[in-house]
Amino acid sequence: MKKMFISIAAILLACLALFWGAQELDSSSSGSESSSKDLIIYNWGDYIDPKLITKFEKKTGYHVIYETFDSNEAMYTKLKQGGTNYDLAVPSDYMITKLRKDKLLDKIDTKKLSNFKYIGQEFLHKSFDENNEYSVPYFWGTLGIVYNDKYVKPGEISTWNDLWRKKYRGQILLVDSARDIMGLALVSMGHSMNTTNSSYLKAAKDKLDKLGPNVKAIVADELKMYMAQNEAWIGVTYSGEAATMMDENSHIHYVVPEQGSNLWFDNIVIPKTCKNKRGAYQFINFMLEPKNAAQNAEYIGYATPNLAAQKLLPKDIRNDQQFYPDMKTLKNLEVYRDLAKEKVQEYNDLFLEFKMYARN
Amino acid sequence: MKQKHLSFLIPYLLWIILFVIAPLVLILGYSLTDAAGHFTLHNFVLFFSGGTFIKMMLNSFWYALLITFFCLLISYPAAMVLTKLKNQQFWLMLVILPTWINLLLKAYAFIGIFARNGMVNQFLHLFGIGPVPILFTDFAFIFVATYIEIPFMIMPVYNALKEIDPALIRASSDLGASFWQTFRYVIWPLSWPGVESGIQAIFIPSLSLFMLTRLIGGNRVITLGTAVEEYFLTTMNWNMGATIGVILIFLMTIVMILTSGKRHKKEIDL
Amino acid sequence: MRKNSLLGRIYFGLVLVILYLPIFYLVYFSFSSGKSMDHFQHFTWAHYQTLFADHRLLAIFLETLMLALLSSLIATVIGTLGAIAINEMRKPAKQRLYLSLNNILIVSPDVIIGASFLILFTALGFTLGFASVLLSHIAFSVPIVVLMVLPKLKEMDNSLIDAARDLGASGWQVFSKVLIPALTPGIMSGMFMALTYSLDDFAVTFFVTGNGFTTLSVEIYSRARQGIDLEINALSTIIFLFVMLLVGIYYFISKRQGKKAKGVGGLIK
Repeated sequence: MKKMFISIAAILLACLALFWGAQELDSSSSGSESSSKDLIIYNWGDYIDPKLITKFEKKTGYHVIYETFDSNEAMYTKLKQGGTNYDLAVPSDYMITKLRKDKLLDKIDTKKLSNFKYIGQEFLHKSFDENNEYSVPYFWGTLGIVYNDKYVKPGEISTWNDLWRKKYRGQILLVDSARDIMGLALVSMGHSMNTTNSSYLKAAKDKLDKLGPNVKAIVADELKMYMAQNEAWIGVTYSGEAATMMDENSHIHYVVPEQGSNLWFDNIVIPKTCKNKRGAYQFINFMLEPKNAAQNAEYIGYATPNLAAQKLLPKDIRNDQQFYPDMKTLKNLEVYRDLAKEKVQEYNDLFLEFKMYARN
Repeated sequence: MKQKHLSFLIPYLLWIILFVIAPLVLILGYSLTDAAGHFTLHNFVLFFSGGTFIKMMLNSFWYALLITFFCLLISYPAAMVLTKLKNQQFWLMLVILPTWINLLLKAYAFIGIFARNGMVNQFLHLFGIGPVPILFTDFAFIFVATYIEIPFMIMPVYNALKEIDPALIRASSDLGASFWQTFRYVIWPLSWPGVESGIQAIFIPSLSLFMLTRLIGGNRVITLGTAVEEYFLTTMNWNMGATIGVILIFLMTIVMILTSGKRHKKEIDL
Repeated sequence: MRKNSLLGRIYFGLVLVILYLPIFYLVYFSFSSGKSMDHFQHFTWAHYQTLFADHRLLAIFLETLMLALLSSLIATVIGTLGAIAINEMRKPAKQRLYLSLNNILIVSPDVIIGASFLILFTALGFTLGFASVLLSHIAFSVPIVVLMVLPKLKEMDNSLIDAARDLGASGWQVFSKVLIPALTPGIMSGMFMALTYSLDDFAVTFFVTGNGFTTLSVEIYSRARQGIDLEINALSTIIFLFVMLLVGIYYFISKRQGKKAKGVGGLIK
């Protein structure tokens, strides 16, 4: 029994030591006193250059707590259920509509943001935030097709319909997302990616079923790793992901099908739970500063909506049609609208069915 | 002693009420309501009327059965060898330690091992066998899932085997029983409690695997776990997710009652 | 028999090799200068340097360890007491009821446990963070401790307790001098399993964490969006070596103690 008590005490002591160690590391990483005010940011994993956080902390004296999520829905659940006090979050377009509907966002007064003027007009007044009252664009991109030129000749793929070719049997990777995959089938049939017409959806699913034999797997973030490692010929994924693959494998190319595709935005918002408004505004403005925005864009590899920052980027990045498409292509792109719950369910149920029977 | 018994029970009872009964009631509540919070049986009707869910359920059971079977096949002899070794606790620890490394990392390592240019294919290349697709096959999925669960089977089986009185085994062989006879009539029945808890510890999580189905199975294997994850995290239809959960828990309870019922019979036989 | 045991050893070794194969793979690539676990490029310490500069990740690691130790300790106490209480119940029906309730968390999918805990915490108005994660980890570790301790109680000779009591031992003495020592192996493996569950968990933590508290697995999952960094491999390597060191120390201690025990046993004989 004595031994037992000693071991319990030892474990408690170890916990204390670990706690102290974690505190030390935490305060040393921020370079500021832990007594200063906290700013809690809820963002995608690895979606900001950590050097910028340190820079911001040095400049303002705030202590930034950076917490991460891996899907819009997970983030939504946390904001909705309460029990948290995030000062800033970075949801995607359709999720902003949803958050607004549920009254989970605070308004952002863009007049208080001296650097807001750098955001390009084409990235403002989008359907999810017509008057730019709730969100500030952070990064944007498209949905498209990546291919490996070792196996697929450049120019061979230019439309969604090309994916159905017999010769790509078992060589296509799809991203595991109902809206995107159902959406590509809808666009290939000339419908909107936001359609709520059930017969269109059914037809799109039937068309997808025919794609089944070509599909090698339906995966998530790992897609870029598989493509970079020549595991498959073709992949359907987002522009930002494509950029990462191309860094690692020069054989990879990215196309946005001309019929149309999805245009997405990740935006900074201030949730209702915000406790540190001043800090939140300061942070948004800091990230909008062209130099910082450019540094962040280079680190992440996604396209920045900050025009002044775009000019600071190396020429070969800013002129890359694959990631900064021209106005003509941009016009054909659709932003996802937040659909009614039953419709979201319909998209997902059909997609789940497609996945279930895609094996043959 | 009576009083002590009570005070022992208090923290445990508190735990049961807060973290077992309360969540169970909540989940049941969700499964019996619609999005607006009205009472409905619609979710259950949907589950049992559509072919998709039934097929998914059968799929999950089939894969879970395979995983459990291979796990037992590999783990049982390993546990038997383990009982004969010196420093058993040390070796047992070595068996369990791999579980301390994050599952996602191990999955990524397996992706590297099974990839087109991966370790296995490079090895096969030495024999002139061209790159074989291994990732996203049933084999890869079952292999990795079995790999993940092996320590959780070895441990209870080992514990049960260790409890067998060696005198019984000696007696059996002294009486002229062959190794197989001893195994069949002495070792196996006596180790059954361990096998049973191993099966429970593996079969159940295998039904609701979701990370591996995507990473290694490439979503070509869809289990109830995938569906639960999707309903809770993607479509946020918690009512349907909870319904699948309730059905899963119900099925598991039945499995548990069945396995423990078998043991009771055995005792009567003896 | 001799040949048989050799074959057995080879088999056991093979199982161990497979169990450690992916881990060695991770370790191997933590020294590769590339960005992914694809082709080994050049030997480098760079990932270790990045790791040691990444104070956030290191802090998360320490916090994860603290969480695992604390939650498994508390769960072990609650579980052990619970197991003793269940064992003392007279009616088998009551025992079975408790055991069924006990096993519910083991049979539920992680996602459901996580979601239901989240609803519970928010219904109670509990702030999400370290405390909610700690409570959840304790919650899902308790049943496994009960399952590990209970068999040891069942196989314990009740006459031992009776004898102790007949000799005038108080309730506390029976508990501390007879019961606990007899249960120690079960308690130890229960705590070990609780530790394993806590370190392994992703889904439950993911739901109930908030306000800046993160565990290693949640962090790794959310970082996966940009592809697993080899920095994480470096961290795994260090964890692995550290654990191996502990096991090695344990091995030598137990070996020495084993010898001692044998010596004493021989003397008595």
